[in-house]
Amino acid sequence: MMSHWIVIPIILPSLMAPLLVLVARYDMTLQRVLSLVSTTAILAVSVMLAFAAASGTVEVYELGNWPAPFGIVMVLDRLSALMLVLTSVLALAVLVYVVGTDWDKRGAHFHALYQFQLMGLAGAMLTGDLFNLFVFFEVLLIASYGLMVHGGGKARLRAGVQYVIFNLAGSTLFIFALATLYGITGTLNMADMAERAQSLPEADVALLRTGAAMLLVVFAVKGALLPVHFWLPNTYSHAPAPVAALFAIMTKVGAYAIIRVYTLIFGPEVAVTGTMPADWMMPAAVLTVIAGMVGVLAGGNLARVVAFAAIGSMGTLFVAVAMFTPESTLSALYYMVHSTLAAGALFLIVDMVQARRGTCALHVLPPIAQTGLIASLFFAGAIAMVGMPPLSGFLGKLMVLDAVRDHGGMGWIWAAILAASLIAIVGMARAGSQLFWKPHAEEFAASENPAAAKTAQPVALPVAAVLGLLALIVAMTVGAGPVTAYMHDTAGQLFDTSDYISTVMGRN
Amino acid sequence: MEFVVASSVGLLTAAGIYLMLRMRTFPVVIGLALLAYAVNVFLFASGRLTLNQPPVQIYDGPWSDPLPQALALTAIVIAFGMTAFTVILALASYLTTGTDQLDMENTDPEIAPPAAGSAQKSGERA
Repeated sequence: MMSHWIVIPIILPSLMAPLLVLVARYDMTLQRVLSLVSTTAILAVSVMLAFAAASGTVEVYELGNWPAPFGIVMVLDRLSALMLVLTSVLALAVLVYVVGTDWDKRGAHFHALYQFQLMGLAGAMLTGDLFNLFVFFEVLLIASYGLMVHGGGKARLRAGVQYVIFNLAGSTLFIFALATLYGITGTLNMADMAERAQSLPEADVALLRTGAAMLLVVFAVKGALLPVHFWLPNTYSHAPAPVAALFAIMTKVGAYAIIRVYTLIFGPEVAVTGTMPADWMMPAAVLTVIAGMVGVLAGGNLARVVAFAAIGSMGTLFVAVAMFTPESTLSALYYMVHSTLAAGALFLIVDMVQARRGTCALHVLPPIAQTGLIASLFFAGAIAMVGMPPLSGFLGKLMVLDAVRDHGGMGWIWAAILAASLIAIVGMARAGSQLFWKPHAEEFAASENPAAAKTAQPVALPVAAVLGLLALIVAMTVGAGPVTAYMHDTAGQLFDTSDYISTVMGRN
Repeated sequence: MEFVVASSVGLLTAAGIYLMLRMRTFPVVIGLALLAYAVNVFLFASGRLTLNQPPVQIYDGPWSDPLPQALALTAIVIAFGMTAFTVILALASYLTTGTDQLDMENTDPEIAPPAAGSAQKSGERA
């Protein structure tokens, strides 16, 4: 019954990272080889696990062979498998880009931190224990602090301090929430807590609600939901752009945690919390959509434009999540995969523009090298991000809009999402024309921008990475049928918690 | 005892939040440390307050709950490491930029920092 493969996506990077520091410290080629091999292996194992989970069984891995409520368990179901595949695909593309552009040479220990980041991400998606979720959040955050300031520089360090402090405050709130929940239910195992939350003495209900609400705020911080989104624009725009591309998955970890906890433990039919998570999230999500897409228009430089687009897409995602029905969760999952790939690709394109232009501020400079190629990539990425046909962003948004049809505030939600999409199209179009179009319409003296006069940069690996992500978006559009079929089963599994709970608690 | 523990958690949290809102790195780091103390005491109390009871269930009861003690240990280690990291990062930021304000104006990202110096610094940090 117990297959050791489940724990490989955590163990492998956690062994590889110290190896990179200890053995391969002075050998960049060896570091790259080890890092690529490890990430590829994680991807292969994740795909294998996804096929195993597709049959609908919930697999439990008991660490140290301690049975469920006492030991820590890793749980593989369709959702964790999906998230693992998404993470490792994005990670591999970003790693290929980093290797192709020498970003890893701009500071020490990039690859080791990267592996620790993957370990934290995989752990957060696999764990079936709330405190363990906190620990893996810390693992991925600590690695991300290192990646965030990779390469140094004034603005990056200041943004890094902001990012670290904001997340430390978030982590503190996380422990407060966990302690409250443990104090009432006496367990930290998600499945066990789900059972106990349903049969709770009347006196403890208010405290449990408080704990659930605090936990929601913590995950909202990670997911950049308004009003706790303000760490994101500075972090994403000042982080090294490939790292920002990897961070596209970090906000989704917040969304994943909300989907997991508020379907499994505090699901819609649990009397203790009832519709509280939905009632809180829906207005916040609509405001996030608006704030994000207005930010796209007001961004001022390409990195901020893309960062705000990421916020807007998180808003759309949370609109779908906040409905808490199987149909809306299906659309949330589809949109989540799509927006992760799109944001990742766009941040890589931001880096291509920056590297050739010397800046990504949106004023007109002489045309950059390889302008046609990068402009077409940006065009495709922007179409995907704002959700225009023919790419999967359009399908995703359509599914989200369809899923909120039954909501009381449907008019507001539709108006917000559609208006925000229009604003985002204008914002992206303006950014693109400033960067790629107007330079050809004006005359420049040769000395005006020395950075642009630089010779063309290597393109093979970076373009392959971006094209890979874009190809996946196309594949998601073309293969929307099978993809949504898997996600339909995933959503069904999420809302039928009895199988998950009984498997974890060892009653099957 | 409940009153002492509860009010100390409350005081530490209030002081921590106040210091965090000062928006300069030193008070904010101290504030984070206070918040970490508060949360550790709170975590400890989540296993109910008991005096002089063993956490090991080999004797006949009553026992104290061993799990919150293990959780508090984990949280202490993480908070300790993170405080150390934040101090170093804040120091690096202060020495590089000459300011300890947390607010930052809306600047365009830099893409080409001085290569040699930054590589050395991030090596020390990692």
